[in-house]
Amino acid sequence: MPSHVRALPPASPGITGLWRTTRPRDFFRQAHRLVPWFALSAAILALAALALGLGIAAPAVDQGDAFRIVFLHVPAAWMSLAIFVAMALLSLPTLTHRQRLSPILASALAPTGALFAFLALWTGALWGRPTWGSWWVWDARLSSELLLFLFYLAIVGLQMAIEDPRRADRASAVLTLIGVVNVPVVYFSVQWWSTLHQGTGIALNVPEAGVAVSTLGTSLMALAFAAYTVAAAMARAENTILERERRSNWVNDLRNANALG
Amino acid sequence: MHWDSWQAFWEMGGHGLYVWGAYAVTLAVIVTEVAILLVKRKSILEHLGRLTRLHRRQDAAQRK
Repeated sequence: MPSHVRALPPASPGITGLWRTTRPRDFFRQAHRLVPWFALSAAILALAALALGLGIAAPAVDQGDAFRIVFLHVPAAWMSLAIFVAMALLSLPTLTHRQRLSPILASALAPTGALFAFLALWTGALWGRPTWGSWWVWDARLSSELLLFLFYLAIVGLQMAIEDPRRADRASAVLTLIGVVNVPVVYFSVQWWSTLHQGTGIALNVPEAGVAVSTLGTSLMALAFAAYTVAAAMARAENTILERERRSNWVNDLRNANALG
Repeated sequence: MHWDSWQAFWEMGGHGLYVWGAYAVTLAVIVTEVAILLVKRKSILEHLGRLTRLHRRQDAAQRK
């Protein structure tokens, strides 16, 4: 063999290979370091969004101050969809490669996804009552978002009901892949059917000068919710990893070094 | 700043209950989730602490 072939660096495992070999303990080390920073970013972003949404923005022409609910409602609804898509993507390596970390992350995301789906429905009802004159209508957008919330509850319930973690992981992954079909239905429902709910995007019937404030406020709140989701899901995944690997040496060593507090 | 007075801020143009109901419940569910995560972490660490002490006692007993 010519010498220059041996001199080549070892082949990179690539993203797929890297992902396949990622161990929960490696993730734990990174998450433990990153959670406080994501939590801090979420708090700062949320304060900036609140200042815009509650303090600076002018009320919308047709909705009055009920419009300020939109600064929570739209980001919460976005997160409820984005988290489900992330869980569906994580379900694939769980089923095809029995990846150990992906089901831990997927189940760590589920309760936070349920939280945002609930908030989207709750803030929507509180916005709908003064604006439409109704807390709830069975239109396509509201009904499919309710179904999304129920899928989240079913996935969380499945995790708690099945004792064996491997079986629970696979069952949740299958249910997530069924439920993800509903995500585009939620998103496009306002185009596919005639709904009372207005079209995709941020409702912007505000005075001309207010459009920038509304867009910025909603975007900042969406970033705050996203940072919060990462922090909460990482913290929950840390808990799961500690529980599943409590008998392993690395957990023992961290515990003895008081590095978990 | 849009507001002239604190009173106007709390009243939200007559929509106070709806606006504050949305913001208060959002804050409440997030605080609840964080509290659940912290309590869970604490109980896991206590459990790990008991395991460690148990192992230490077993090691000491074996050495005797």
